[in-house]
Amino acid sequence: MEDIITAKFDKVCEILDKHERNPHHLIPILQEMQEEYSYLPEEIMTYVSTALGIPPSSVYGVATFYSHFTLEPKGKYLIRICDGTACHVKKSEDILKALEKKLGLGKNKKTTDDGLFTLETVACLGACSLAPAVVINGEVHGLMTPDKTMEIINEIRKQEGVENV
Amino acid sequence: MADKIALIDGIEVKIDNEPNLLELIRKAKIDLPTFCYHSEISVAGACRMCMVEVEGQGIVPSCSTRVFDGMKVKTNTKQLRDMRKMIVELMLASHDQSCTTCPKSGTCKLQRIAKQMGIVKVRFKQRTEFPEPDMSSCSIYRDSAKCVLCGDCVRVCKEIQSVGVLDFANRGADAKVAPYFNKGIGEVECVNCGQCIKVCPVGALIPRYQTNEVWNALLDTDKHVVVQIAPAVRVAIGEYFGFKPGELTTGQMVAALRRLGFDKVYDTSFAADFTVIEEGKEFLDRFAKGEKLPQFTSCCPAWVKYAEQYYPDLLGNLSSCKSPQQMFGSLSKELLSKDLGMPRENIIVVSIMPCTAKKFESQRPEHSVDGNPDVDFVLTTQELSVMIKERGIKFSELDPEEFDMPFGFKSGAGVIFGSSGGVSEAVLRFAAASLVKGVKLEFTQLRALQGVKTTEVKLGDLKLRLAVVSGLANAKRLIEKVRKGEEHYDLIEVMACCGGCVNGGGQPVSEKKSAVTDRAMGLYKTDSQLEYHSSEENPYLQKIYADELTEELAHKLFHTKYKNRRRITSDELALSSKHDEAPISISICLGSSCFARGAQELYSQLAQYVRDKGIESNINFTASFCTEQCSKGPAVKINDKYLYHCTFEKAVEEIEKILSKVPA
Repeated sequence: MEDIITAKFDKVCEILDKHERNPHHLIPILQEMQEEYSYLPEEIMTYVSTALGIPPSSVYGVATFYSHFTLEPKGKYLIRICDGTACHVKKSEDILKALEKKLGLGKNKKTTDDGLFTLETVACLGACSLAPAVVINGEVHGLMTPDKTMEIINEIRKQEGVENV
Repeated sequence: MADKIALIDGIEVKIDNEPNLLELIRKAKIDLPTFCYHSEISVAGACRMCMVEVEGQGIVPSCSTRVFDGMKVKTNTKQLRDMRKMIVELMLASHDQSCTTCPKSGTCKLQRIAKQMGIVKVRFKQRTEFPEPDMSSCSIYRDSAKCVLCGDCVRVCKEIQSVGVLDFANRGADAKVAPYFNKGIGEVECVNCGQCIKVCPVGALIPRYQTNEVWNALLDTDKHVVVQIAPAVRVAIGEYFGFKPGELTTGQMVAALRRLGFDKVYDTSFAADFTVIEEGKEFLDRFAKGEKLPQFTSCCPAWVKYAEQYYPDLLGNLSSCKSPQQMFGSLSKELLSKDLGMPRENIIVVSIMPCTAKKFESQRPEHSVDGNPDVDFVLTTQELSVMIKERGIKFSELDPEEFDMPFGFKSGAGVIFGSSGGVSEAVLRFAAASLVKGVKLEFTQLRALQGVKTTEVKLGDLKLRLAVVSGLANAKRLIEKVRKGEEHYDLIEVMACCGGCVNGGGQPVSEKKSAVTDRAMGLYKTDSQLEYHSSEENPYLQKIYADELTEELAHKLFHTKYKNRRRITSDELALSSKHDEAPISISICLGSSCFARGAQELYSQLAQYVRDKGIESNINFTASFCTEQCSKGPAVKINDKYLYHCTFEKAVEEIEKILSKVPA
C-alpha cells in the first residue's frame, strides 16, 4: 500500500486553523481530533494545548470529563450497549456481562488485546422500542439477547479470520 | 445616606464594601469554616462549608452571595449544622486518615474543622484504597490520598502564577486533581514556587522534606556542616513558636541552629551583598551600552524556570548572576575548603529558605563542581521548625546569639532581598553610591505590597525606569506590555510569590491577613538597625574581593547560564508510517516556541514537498514537543543534523543533499 504521508496530522493542522486556534473552541476541536484518530493520543493533546495557548492540564481535564472522549485507542468494532431505562429494565446488563465474559473485558479494560473490539455502555440511544439495543459500528441491533449478541460476535470474528476461543 | 445594614443571626451588621456575604459574616466575628475560600483567588463555591440561609433565597454558599441592604441571614440552623457536619464526615470517609504520621498534622484545616464541628464518629464507610504519593519533584510532595478537591491549588497555580500545572480530571466519584496525563508534578511545567502548598488545607501538598538527610550530615563527625539562612526566614520561623508574623527572632534562630549541631551559622544576606555588587555592575554596564535591557533579576528560581519555559527569547535579558543562595554555596565551598584544608566533599552547605523552588535550584547541574553540589541540602522554614521541635529545643526561651563571621556579616541591603522590591532597592542604593558620590538615597516607593510597582529614579544625569512585580501572572502581563512597546523599563525585578520571599511556599501559613506585610516590615526594620545599608560598604565583602577573588574567579563563582527548557516530558509523534530502510529521518519541533515561529506552516510545506516528490518511502517523519532549542526555532533535525531558524529552503537543501548520495 502506498504510504500517504501524515494525512492525519495534516487534518490536525487543518482543524486547528479552521477554528482559528481559538481556545474557546476546545471541545469541538477535540471532537474533530477524535474523529481522525478514533481516540485522543497524548501527543495530539500536547499539540492542541500548544496551539491554543492553554495549559495541558486543562485540555486533559476537559478530555477526561466528558465520556464522549477516550484517551485509549478503540477497537475496530465499537460495541455500545444501551443501558437507558427501557433497555435496563429489559435486562441489558445480562448482555453486558455475557460480552465482558466472552471478550475478557471489565470495568478497567474496555478494548480486547487484539484491538478488534471495544465495549461501552451508553445512557440512552433513543431506540427504546427496540430495547434492549446494541449498536456495533453505528448499526443498531434491536431486541437483543445474550445469545443473539454472541452470534454477531462470532460472525465478526469469522469475517476477520480470528478463531473463536 | 443611611448605613446599609444586614441582619446576621439577629445581630445588625454594617455593610461596607464586603465583596461577598462570607466576608461580612466574618466581620461579624463568626468563623464560618471554609476549605476553598481565599480572598486573593477567584471564588469557587466548591466546598459548601459556608452555606447559610438567606431570607428569600433559601440555602446559599455565602462566599458567592452578594450582600444587600436589609438582608436577613441565619448561619446556625439545625439544617445548616447537619449539612456541614455531613460534608465533613463525607470528606473524612474518603480521606486517608493517617493523621499521626502526616506532616500537616496540627495545622490541617480538615482536622481543625472536624473538631470545630464536634465530629466524633464518621457514619460512612471508610475508603481504604489510596493512590501512591507523587515523589517526582524535588521541591513538592503531592499525596492525592489526602486531597479534599477544594481546587485551591488549581486556582492559585492558574490565576496567580499563570502556569496551570494542576486541574480537575475525570468526573463524579472519580474526580481528582491531577497534572497533565497524571504525570508527576516534577515531569511537567511546575516552577516549584510552592504557592499550592500555601493554600492546600490538608496534607495533599507539602514541601519535599530533606530533614533526614540533614540529620545524617549533622551526625557525621567527618563533615563540616555550615548553614546559611535566607532573610525571609528570620521574620517567620517564630510563628511556629508563638511569635507574631514579622517579629524578629534572628538571635533565637541562630542559637537553635547551633544546638542542632551546625558547625557554623552564616547568613545568606552576606551573599546577597555580593549579588547586589555583581548585578549592579552588570546593570550599569548594560545601561551604559544600552544593550540587553530591560535587565531582569534572577534571584528567584521559580521565575528563572518560568522564563526558561515561557520566554526563551528573554533569557539574554536575565541577569547572569546566580541567586544569593548559590553565590553563598560556591563562594563558601571555595574559601572554606582552602581555609580548613578540607576537601570540598567534606564541607556540607545547608540552606534554610522560605522557598521550595530553592530545592530545585540547588540541584541544577550547573551549580556543582565535579558532581559535588554548591549547596547540598535546602530546608524550608517549615522543615527547620520540624527539626527544632524534633530536637526538643525550647525556641522561645533561647537567649539570642550572633551569626558566625565572616559569612554572617551583611549590610541592610542584603536583608531586604526577602521582600518584593528589596532587590531593586538594594541595587539602586549601590548604583546611587557608584554614580553620585556621597549621596545616600532611600527608595521607599518600592516597598508597598502590590503586585506591580513602577518608578522612575534620577541618579545624577541618568533616569532609570524600574518595575517590580511579584506573582508570575503579574509578570506575564507586564512582559506582554513591554513586548508590545507600551511600557519601557531598564530594570525589572520579578519574584514568583506575591510580596516576595516573605510569602514563599516554604513559609508558615498564617491566618493573619497582614502576615506578609508584617514580615516585610520586620526586614526593613532589621535594615534600619544595621550599621551599613549599601552592599559595597560591607567590609568583609571588600576584603574578599581584594584578597581572594580575581575577576575571573568572581565570574566563575557568581555567574551562571540559563537553558531553554521544555514544559512537559512527552514522546515523539510519528507523522508517517515507519520505513525501516529509509535513509532520511526528519524530526520537526512543534513545541510552543517553534510553533509560535511558524513550525506548523513549515511542516505543511515539507509534507507537501515530500508528497510532490514522491519520496514518502525514503523518509521517517516525526514531531517532537520541544527539543529545548527554543531561542533558535523553528528547529528541524534531519538525520543527525540540527537546522536552526529553519526555513523550507534550508530543509529541502539538506534533504536533497542526502538524497543525491542515495543510490537510486
